[in-house]
Order: sequence, then structure tokens, then C-alpha cells
Amino acid sequence: MPTVSVKRDLLFHALGRTYTDEEFDELCFEFGLELDEITSEKDIISREQGDTKAEGASDVILYKIDVPANRYDLLCLEGLVRGLQVFKQKMEAPRYRRVSPVSSEPQRLVITEETTAVRPHAVAAVLRNITFTQERYDSFIELQEKLHQNVCRKRTLVAIGTHDLDTISGPFTYTAKPPGDIRFKPLNQAKEYTAQELMSLYKTDSHLRHYLHIIEDKPVYPVIYDSNGIVLSMPPIINGDHSKISLNTKNVFIECTATDLTKAKIVLDMMVTMFFQATELAYRKETLSADFINRKVGISESTEHIAQLLTKMCLRSEVMSDGEQIEVEIPPTRSDVIHACDIMEDAAMAYGFNNIPRTTPRTYTVANQLPLNKLSELLRQDLAAAGFTEALTFALCSQEDIADKLLKNISETRACHISNPKTAEFQVARTTLLSGLLKTVAANRKMPLPLRLFEISDVVLKDETKDVGARNNRRLCAVYYNKSPGFEVIHGLMDRVMQLLEVKPGQGNGYHIQAADDSTFFPGRCAEIFARGKSIGRLGVLHPDVINRFELTMPCSALDIDIEPFM
Amino acid sequence: MADTGLVETLLQRVEKVDGGLDSQDVATSLGVDHQAIVGAVKSLQALGDVISAEQRSSKHWELTGEGCEIAEQGSHEARVVSSIPKEGMPQSQLMKLAFGKVGFSKAMSNKWIRLDKGHEGGPRIFKTVERLEDLVRDKLLLVQKGQASQLEEKEKNELKKRKLLSEVTVKSYWITKGSCFSTTITKQETELTPEMIASGSWKEKKFKPYNFEAMGVAPDCGHLHPLMKVRTQFRQIFLEMGFTEMPTNNFIESSFWNFDSLFQPQQHPARDQHDTFFLSDPAQAHEFPQDYLERVRKVHSEGGFGSQGYKYDWKIEEAQKNILRTHTTAVSARMLYKLAQQEKFTPVKYFSIDRVFRNETLDATHLAEFHQIEGVVADYGLTLGDLMGILHQFFNKLGITKLRFKPAYNPYTEPSMEVFSYHEGLKKWVELGNSGVFRPEMLLPMGLPEGVTVIAWGLSLERPTMIKYGINNIRELVGHKVNLQMVYDSPVCRLDS
Repeated sequence: MPTVSVKRDLLFHALGRTYTDEEFDELCFEFGLELDEITSEKDIISREQGDTKAEGASDVILYKIDVPANRYDLLCLEGLVRGLQVFKQKMEAPRYRRVSPVSSEPQRLVITEETTAVRPHAVAAVLRNITFTQERYDSFIELQEKLHQNVCRKRTLVAIGTHDLDTISGPFTYTAKPPGDIRFKPLNQAKEYTAQELMSLYKTDSHLRHYLHIIEDKPVYPVIYDSNGIVLSMPPIINGDHSKISLNTKNVFIECTATDLTKAKIVLDMMVTMFFQATELAYRKETLSADFINRKVGISESTEHIAQLLTKMCLRSEVMSDGEQIEVEIPPTRSDVIHACDIMEDAAMAYGFNNIPRTTPRTYTVANQLPLNKLSELLRQDLAAAGFTEALTFALCSQEDIADKLLKNISETRACHISNPKTAEFQVARTTLLSGLLKTVAANRKMPLPLRLFEISDVVLKDETKDVGARNNRRLCAVYYNKSPGFEVIHGLMDRVMQLLEVKPGQGNGYHIQAADDSTFFPGRCAEIFARGKSIGRLGVLHPDVINRFELTMPCSALDIDIEPFM
Repeated sequence: MADTGLVETLLQRVEKVDGGLDSQDVATSLGVDHQAIVGAVKSLQALGDVISAEQRSSKHWELTGEGCEIAEQGSHEARVVSSIPKEGMPQSQLMKLAFGKVGFSKAMSNKWIRLDKGHEGGPRIFKTVERLEDLVRDKLLLVQKGQASQLEEKEKNELKKRKLLSEVTVKSYWITKGSCFSTTITKQETELTPEMIASGSWKEKKFKPYNFEAMGVAPDCGHLHPLMKVRTQFRQIFLEMGFTEMPTNNFIESSFWNFDSLFQPQQHPARDQHDTFFLSDPAQAHEFPQDYLERVRKVHSEGGFGSQGYKYDWKIEEAQKNILRTHTTAVSARMLYKLAQQEKFTPVKYFSIDRVFRNETLDATHLAEFHQIEGVVADYGLTLGDLMGILHQFFNKLGITKLRFKPAYNPYTEPSMEVFSYHEGLKKWVELGNSGVFRPEMLLPMGLPEGVTVIAWGLSLERPTMIKYGINNIRELVGHKVNLQMVYDSPVCRLDS
């Protein structure tokens, strides 16, 4: 969820009144925002870098407000104020119009073939007759940054460039060239560089280095020229210094280059509408009935009232002649509205979620437990009654945990591997519960002996027959850790489990164990368990090397069975 | 048991006195070691209220070995004077005497003797007094007679400094008759035995009293994990409300069911490497319901079902990518799709509580895996009011009555609401979970009838458990670093109290 930081006093000035912190918090809540933090630049610096650094920093109070991830129109002070004012019915939703310049032709941006190889889309607009104050200028820059981080997906989908139109002349060309052929003076640099030189220059730039990968490996880099060959920008990395905007800029040329055209249009609309003074853009109209909203929300309001509620949310609405239907106009700022249900939500928000009567659906259903979970629940109770304590271990672990430490080869585990683990703890999904239990014992070595632990949970195994190529397997694992191995204890527990599962000792339809070789266990101290003629798991005394690798010191016996055959 | 004879003698002595006896005095008068008397007192105490004994401690002064010698033979300085004849004695000869050295300097400072250094034949000592008062000896004699109190503190301390006196602490018992006083002793039984029951001898026996202050012996038993206890309760609540459990035993899911089927666009940040665990093996899912997949592609890229869609180039390659599911809603999607394939729609209520995985930054309250609790209701004509009503009933069963709802954003629900409850302890509204109405772009491509609404909510199992059991660090609760003592000690879980 993006956070917008605004100066409190500036915000209140724009809203035309002051609020206590609690009142403002309440207003945010109703509108679906969250007043996350009340702070100041000084506080932030002193928290991050210490009090001495904070000396002299501004102590103007800042509100940090959490904005829903799809509401790009609330990412700057201007947008927030507009949204809240319309919501509080202090102003009408603004009209956005596109106008042609009085004295000249509209500007043009020509896109050439070559861009398809790297960044195929571009859209542009001009904001005319703007007056920047320092605050407004800061907010303009800040909005670009917020859009870059959110909807633009860190410039991968869309990159924004803004230019002082009076320093350049159209028509503009968006093309792509080999990096060696691009040469210009980038923003805030003293001399010209080629694109290649820029890429190495920015390798160490704390901000820009994060965007280099987007075009780095491409044969050609995107670039925008004006009619005199001046470079406006090399998206998505850097603008040219020549056309940079300043407090004195009057007319702004905005270009958005993209790999996703829909997002590029959304972003351009945001940039324009947030700082418009007189522009007109595409409005979409939707028609829906008051009955639809009443039925979906669970209220019964008049058509007129619902139209009023929607208007409050910047969706200018009118009751149509039949008195039933409402025509709703969706402004370019509300790219989040893509279905009638989005309009319905706005009506519900304007009505106030907490004012909607809470009702009980009459849906009649009979509850059922998942049989596998039902069995697991019953067995858990009885294992605890048998003196074993339940552990709860992670489903993700390292390869070492399920292979090397259990003296197994990773290739024989049927393990599913994770491609992007941040640490070794998340390399694979576990194929056994045993390592988790042994790690639990290791973390609790100070506890009095014996330790008796169990877990009934899922492991994950590769399985070609499943649509995703893997399946869960519900297993029961138990360990007994003491000064003597206690094979008879773990054997007794196995007998008890079989008794609980109504399997009697014996060959054929019963259960029996027979000696088995398993590298995890001490030679000659491992048996395979067969129930109703099927192998369901193993029990035995763990190999001393396994004990050592889990940083344990005492003998340990273990039981590991699959409980799915008992379904 | 102490010597029976001594015990009986002690009892006879106690019987004879009106008030009580001091154990030290008894020891002195019987001429036995005090410890023997203490032993007798202890064994009598163990028999119940035969006697009552109150421990006392007193300090008194005693002569040291050297002090005893002086009391007997006089102080060193007095002995020096008495050993010097009229004609004096050479200093070297005096120094050979056992008491010579100390006695000489003390006698000199008392001016009882004088030293003639220039005497022919070496330094010679003469006495200057004929009679003297040996005060040191007198004082020590007083102490020996038990009259130390006649001396001043200063005098006693001076003698202590000379290592002639020492102060000792004496512990003794003040013994009086108890409520069951008797001069004959019956041995008390510790426990009732089968023989006593058979013979009836228990009627005559006296039994040693129990110490009810002590803790009992902990039962030798196993314990259930607290998080699983809470899970059992949540399961119970859903079952009480008529919800059927979903099969969530598939940790590995395709991006298709986890994201695409939920109308979560392919460029959504949740689908980033930073947030989701992707699989390298098996890397891809290979089987999808083809016509449904086509409808999903269309609603994302072109819209339809009344939607504008997201208007981007939807790629099957993204949908095929296998991941560790990020929410159990992936299973809800599978279940709703299955429901839509039924010949005739029937209303359903589903729930699940199972693990989900996030490739997130870890801290004291966040792990890479946690349990998600999810509830889903599908029926004709459900409203937002119904969702809030059902949430109210659900949370009521957890003992939470004060709820409010905040508008929120979620790609697959519209409206979306965050659920807050007022926490009496923290005196503020805390977030409990998320809820919403599934979007038509999710439901209609599945083939569910137009009028069917599906409402759903979700919350984590760990958070309410941590609040319930007062645990601040999630690692103490979940995973192998669990504190087993905490597991052993955790009470039963009743969520509504």
C-alpha cells in the first residue's frame, strides 16, 4: 500500500478547515485511507540518523497517509484534497477538458518502428499555463516518483518524462538507437555522454542503478528527440538536461513510454489531471440501476439519493428519464473503475459501510469436515494422550535438512525446489517431518529428558500425475530422545497408532514390521512398517551421524508413517 | 529417629515444667551435646503437635583458648611481674618465657616494670610494683562465670581484639507442650497401605500430616501445540456455522489458480519474485480446463462480463508458473470453479485453515509461512450487509462484539473491507482481517450463474493466537525454535472467554 506524505498545515489550508488528529483519522477511515503516522522531517532524520543530524531540519508536521494500491488519483496532495473535498461535498467533482492551443497546432510525438525491439509504446500531453510554487513543484516531482514506484512497476511498465516545452520544439520523435549512437548531456551533469558511458556512470548511482536492467541487454535503447535533434530523454533511465523543468516553467511537455499501453494512458491521465488547470479528457459513461446497487449493498435508497452518493465519490451521476437508471460518468482519474461493481462499491462507501444494516443470509447448508483433517484431528488428541507433545515445524527448509543431515541424497527425495529463496532456509518444501522435529529437539536441549515429540502434517512430493506436478502427503512423525534409544517406546507408539486405526498385528490384512536398510537409521536398527500389505513408513534408531548433524548428543528413535492409506 | 531414650527424657522434662524449656539448658543439665537435643526436638515435631518448639537464637561471649589460660594463670603481663625476682632479670632470659614477649610490652605500658639498658651484663628488667591488680584476668573470670553483662561493650571488644574473647551465636529451641502432648510416643504412618485397610489397623494409627503448601507431581503426559489448539477452535466455529471444509492439502499451486483465476493481473506486485516463492522444479503446471482458461485470458486482456478488463497482453507462460500458494483463496477458486460445473447451482458455505507462503522480509511478527483462515459463502442475492452480518456472527463466537469496517482495495474483491475490532486492552481499533465480495470478472468466467454472489473473508491464525497467549515473538510459537515449556504450560483454548 503506497504512503503519501503531506504537510499537515498545507493539507488543512487546501481543505479549508483544520481537524484534530482524531477527526482527520476518522475522515480517512470513512474514505478508505489510513492515517499511518504523524511526524516531521526532523523526527524522521533523528530516528534514522540520530539527533545531531536532525538539527536544523524542518519540524513542520507531516501526515503520512496510506492510500489503496489502485487509487493512483490519491497519490499527491492535489488529488487527496480533491477526493476528500468532493466526498465531504465541499466541491463538485472537477471537469477535465482537452483544449487545443490557441495560437498553434497541437504537438505531435512520432513513434518509429525501431522502438518495438525495446519499449514499443508512448503517449504524450502538454500542460499549458501552469504556475509552480515551490510546494506545487515538489508535489509534481513527488507524484512522478510515486507513480513510478507503483503503477509503473519501478519504470518497467511505464516511465514518465517531463520537460519545459518552451526550451524545445516539436514535432518530437520517439525512436530507438544502438547505445553508441546516442549522445547527450543528461540531467544535472556538466558534459555529454554516450548511452554506453551513462550506463556505467549510473552503475553506482543509488537511485538510477535500479532501472538499468530494464534496457541494459537490449540492442537498441529508447530515445526521444525534438525537431532540432535535442535529446529530451533516454527512457526509462534519464532525461536530458536541456529541457529540464524549473519553478519558472509555464508549459510542460509530458511523455510516457511503456511496455503496457493501458498503463501508459492511466499514468499520463494522472499526471495531467492532478495538475490540470484547463484540460478536457475522455470520460466514459456507464448506466446502471438503483436497484442493482440496492440489491448488492443491501440497502433501499431512492434513485436520486444513490446518484448523489456517487457524485460525492467524483463519479458525476444523473437519474435518467425512467427514474430507475442512473448514468454515471467515469472521469479519467478513476482508472480503477472497470465494472459496475466498482461503482457499487463507491456507493456503499459514500453511504458508509458502517451504516449498512447487518443481515444474516438465509443460505442453508450442512457442514462437512475434510475426512483427512478429521482423522488428523482425532489422531493428534490420542498421540498427546499417549504422552507425546505436538510440534509445529516449517514446511519450507534447506536441502541440507532433508538430505545431507539425514544421510540421504537430494535426488532421491522427490523434493520440490524453490527458484528464488532469499536464504537457504527456503530452498525446498519438506519431504519429511523428521528434520523439523529433530531441530525442535535441538532448540530445546535444556528441557528435562526424555523428549517425546510428534507432528501430523503435510510434506510435499513431486507427482507427475497432478496438474501442478506435485502433491501434499499427510504424515505422522514422532521422535523419542533420551539417554537410551528407546526403540521399544517408539515401537509401542506405532502399535498404539495401529490400534487407533483399527489395524491388528499380523501379516495380510494386519500390520507387521520387517528389517530394512535406510541410511538415516543405525544399521540393523531400522524396520519398514507394512499395513494391509502396503509399506506405510519406517521406524528405528537414528544413525549417530544424523544425531551429530542435528547438533544432538543423545540416542534417538523415530517413527515416520503416511496416514493417507487409512482414509 | 533420634535416640528414643533421649526423646522420652526430654518429654518427661517438658511435662514437669509449667512454661517451657530451653534446649541449650536441657543439653547442659543432661550433659549431652546440644545437637542430640535438637535431633530429639525434630523427631517429636514430625509426630504432630506433641510439643511445640520455637527457634531462638542468642549471642553470648565465650573465652578463647588463650582466654581460658589467662583466667586460670593470670594475664601475661601479671605473670611477667610475678616471675621477676627482687634483683631483677636479664631481658634475654625473660624473653625466653612463653608469656615473655607479650607480657613484657603490656607490663611496660602499665609501668609495672622498668628496663635498665645500660646494666652490666646486658639489659636487665626490674619490677616497680609489689602488688598489682590483674584486671584482664578478673574480666575474663567474670565472662567465664556467665556474667559478661557486667562488662562494658568497649571492654569486651578490647578483649576480643586481643583474641581472648569471642562472640558466639547459639541457636536453641524453646520447647513447650503441644496440643497432643504425651510422654509416650507412637510412630506416625506416612501412607495408608492395603494391609492397614485389610486389617483395619488404620483406625489406631496416627498419620503424618501432608504438606499442602507443596506442588504436586506433574502428570506424565503429552501436550497439544497452542496454535493447533486455536486452529481446532476456529474449525469448530465454522462447523457450528454450517461451513464445509475445503481440501487445502496442496501447498504448490499454479499462478493460474492462485492469481489469474482471481482476476489478479499478471503485472501485479504480489506476483513479483520479492513477494512470492516460485518453483524451479516442478517449474510449470501442465493441465488447465482449456475453455475456462480462454475465458480468463479474455476477461484480463479484453474485458467482458460487463468489465473493461485490464487491457494487457495476457500470457499463458505467466499462468503456468508454479508457486507456493500465497493464499488459500487459490483453493476457493478451484472449489467455486468445481461448483460452477455442477448441473444445477446449490448454495455453499466453505472454510479452510491451512498454510500459505510469502517470500517476505521476516521480523518478530512475520514468517515466510503462516496459517490463513478463510470463509466463503456462495448463494443467490447475497449483499454487503449479509457479509457484515456473517462476520459479526463469526467474530461474536470469538468473543469479539465491537466491529467496524474500512473500505480497502483487493484485486479480486469489490467491495473490499478491512475488519477492525475495538481492543479493550490496547484501547484502540485493531485490524482483524480482510473481507469482500468476489468480483464478477472472477465468478462469471467460471460459469457461475449471473445472480450468484460470493462473499468471503480471511484472517491469520497466528495473530489471534499470539494475542490470546501473550506471545510477542512469532518464532517462540511457530517452527522448531518453539519453547516447549510454553507448549507444556499452555492452557486450554476457549476463544470466547
